[in-house]
Amino acid sequence: MPEIAVTAATPTEAERSAVADSVVLQDPGQISFDAAGPALTFDGDRIARGGQERIFNRRHLLLPVLHDVRDAIGWLSEGAMNEIATTLQVPPAEVYGVASFYELFTFEAPTAPDALHVCDDTACRIQGANELKGELAAGGHNVHGSPCLGLCEQAPAVFVQRTGEAHVSVRSATKDSVLAALDGAMTTPVAPVPQAGEDLTLLRRVHNAAAVDYDGYVATGGYEALAKAVSMSPAEVVTHVGNAGLTGRGGAAFPTGFKWSAVAAEPGPRHLVVNADESEPGTFKDRVLMEHDPYSLIEAMTIGGYAMGAEQGWIYIRGEYPEATRSLQSAIAEARSMGMLGDDVGGHNFRFDIELRLGAGAYICGEETALLNSIEGYRGEPRNKPPFPTTNGLFGQPTAINNVETMVNVNQIMLLGGEGYAAIGTEKSTGTKLFCLSGHVARPGVYEVDYGATLRDVIALAGGPVGSLTSILMGGAAGSFIGTDMLDVPLTIEDSREHGFSLGSGVVMLLNDTVDYHDFVARIAQFFREESCGQCVPCRVGTVRQGESLLRIREKGAPIEQERRMLDDFALVMKDASICGLGHTASGAILSAIDLGLIGGRS
Amino acid sequence: MTFVDIPVEIRTKVSISVDGEAVDVFEGDTILDACTKAGKITPVVCYGPTVTPVNACRVCVVELEGSRTLVPSCSRPVEEGMVVKTDTERVGHSRKMVLEFLATSSDVTQSNDIMGWLGDYGADLDRYDPETTERMTDEVKIEDDLYIRAYDRCVLCYKCVEACGEDAQWTFAIAMSGRGFNNRISTEFDVALPDSACVYCGNCVAVCPTNALQFKTEFDLRKMGDWRPEDQTVTRTVCSYCGVGCNLDLHVQDNQIVKVDSPMDHSITSGNLCVKGRFGYQYVQNRPTK
Repeated sequence: MPEIAVTAATPTEAERSAVADSVVLQDPGQISFDAAGPALTFDGDRIARGGQERIFNRRHLLLPVLHDVRDAIGWLSEGAMNEIATTLQVPPAEVYGVASFYELFTFEAPTAPDALHVCDDTACRIQGANELKGELAAGGHNVHGSPCLGLCEQAPAVFVQRTGEAHVSVRSATKDSVLAALDGAMTTPVAPVPQAGEDLTLLRRVHNAAAVDYDGYVATGGYEALAKAVSMSPAEVVTHVGNAGLTGRGGAAFPTGFKWSAVAAEPGPRHLVVNADESEPGTFKDRVLMEHDPYSLIEAMTIGGYAMGAEQGWIYIRGEYPEATRSLQSAIAEARSMGMLGDDVGGHNFRFDIELRLGAGAYICGEETALLNSIEGYRGEPRNKPPFPTTNGLFGQPTAINNVETMVNVNQIMLLGGEGYAAIGTEKSTGTKLFCLSGHVARPGVYEVDYGATLRDVIALAGGPVGSLTSILMGGAAGSFIGTDMLDVPLTIEDSREHGFSLGSGVVMLLNDTVDYHDFVARIAQFFREESCGQCVPCRVGTVRQGESLLRIREKGAPIEQERRMLDDFALVMKDASICGLGHTASGAILSAIDLGLIGGRS
Repeated sequence: MTFVDIPVEIRTKVSISVDGEAVDVFEGDTILDACTKAGKITPVVCYGPTVTPVNACRVCVVELEGSRTLVPSCSRPVEEGMVVKTDTERVGHSRKMVLEFLATSSDVTQSNDIMGWLGDYGADLDRYDPETTERMTDEVKIEDDLYIRAYDRCVLCYKCVEACGEDAQWTFAIAMSGRGFNNRISTEFDVALPDSACVYCGNCVAVCPTNALQFKTEFDLRKMGDWRPEDQTVTRTVCSYCGVGCNLDLHVQDNQIVKVDSPMDHSITSGNLCVKGRFGYQYVQNRPTK
């Protein structure tokens, strides 16, 4: 337990009460504040149970408190961070280290209270994002370029980070709609699912506005899956998930059943963490599920908690998803009041509750161990594996981490049974899959198909390409470009792997002949450079060096053969020696663009 | 009379293969321990005998049968039957690239180890166009008379952070801040050291692999072109301040103490000292001026 020594800077009254309000809100009943200052007073009960250790253990409140102070004040001053350091008993250098890791926190008084994060990433970039950014900047607003905001089907997108007011995302943004948001206009999300009315499973409720309420959810078959689950033993539920052949939909395609049975076999307490930090450029499926059908995620998590004997569930959602966050917040609160979360879920004699945590602008926190560090109040730096989260996860305890879409499939598995579910799709890729279509396509949105549909089928569902298709970015920035010769490849894990690409998180971004590929690929390189956590040398430096190489090709006319040798060298060390998947995949899209002749061609 | 039960530690023997040779080590040892026992010379930057490996530099990677990626030998515990290879093209490539990345990002010229490995692994620094290759160009921070921080030499190995924190001092005056290539070791809000929580134990200086942290005396002498390690003597003595008995190594040049450290393998210090032991040596040379 270090002694906390802070600098001479003191917080303003507003900052002091923002910290106090936040801590009381986050950790009710644990502490009371002495009105005279930041000193903490404990009731006798707490001290008897080791109050000091408990304060130390409140480090996991660091990120929520930073959020609350930023949202109340507009930025994080030295005085405010000193107050946070003494209140949470976290060394101030580490408070600063953690806060400065995240994009959404700033350390200088802003020019305007509300920050505009304009997505200038892949899909928005080809839909006029840079022009919009320029217009807003010219208007004297507090404008930041942003990586993908997960609104690719309604590009361009802007995340309005307000002060003292609710954040909002502006979709199909224009200068006027952004200004309206600054004046308080809220966004009512419309499900970008043109497939309505068809035989959908994961997406069956997204057009039913009533389903975001508890009654509406129950009226549309909600909680039937949980009823089915609790009629079985927890072990049987895990067996069904295993038999279903369900694999992770976040990109890695790891068998969910393995993960669940590994966690269930470990001694408790155990955690179930849902990875809703959907930040892969071009990905927006989880957002759609959370905005329009939040209970299906809550129900599936409840089933997971029952099956693995995990009493604590966590949802880590990215900070740039304000509408999805509000949807989940209200659903969690309502589920609690209906007794469907808490000490005795639905009278089924088990305990399960969910805590929602917000990211603060860091793609890397979608890496599962970085996510765990972020929840615990540390920098979102991935951990070295082994040990794996199934044995040493959140707070060192056994933890299952699943993507939102993966999780929601569990409801379907309960309803159909493991074998019934496995009959959908192909032998190795079971179930249905959500694909995020964006870019130059007639009806961008989320599409649900059985595994095995071809790329051509999926694009046809979305009304076909707009203009003359030149390539498709599959799997996002961490994926790769493929040519139009791949249109008949069935979209399964095995077929895509055989053809040298990955489905990843389900990104299908269509690009036509108007795309400036040098610019587009440079943006992908910039993405990895800015999103690398910087912990390991191969990725911290490799992501910078590959961007420089692209710059030499583009602007200095450097010989492609020479640069290609260097790019290959960078790619190999990042793939072989990086700590996590970010480094492993950071060069895939760039090399595929060269292979396809999209950039670097000697014309 | 009181009997103290001294537990006898029973360590299980583990046998692994390193480049085809069977090596016996103990459970809890790392692949690096096994490599060293097999006589392999493994480059390490972020690893140190007295700090918990953060395995951030990745220069010690080896090939492990069954692993898709290379693994950091410094922090991977051995398991019975592991098959490790250190002399493959893949290992050589990653080590060479990590060294190239380090040397093109920071000034590593004051690290004899890194300079040597650059040659050993055939690093080619000339292929990086200086005009388009971004480096760390931080100005040196001179904030007191004890030690300086030259972050253009920093390789972000986290060793100083570990030494300031849980591995030695428990002061937590510095931490990693920022993200990606903009990562920097920083005090709270990047304030100057004297305003920070720093207690000037200098244990960060002791573990720095690139001399990014160095005694002000050394920095001044280097600036004057008068830093001559070959002319220095090292005298081991016992610190005279308190009764703990820390060993000091006094580095002396021209009859002046220019640097103080403590042996990393010393049973009391593990290389760590306090502000008095490390920086409070001026009284020794309080000689009458001529």
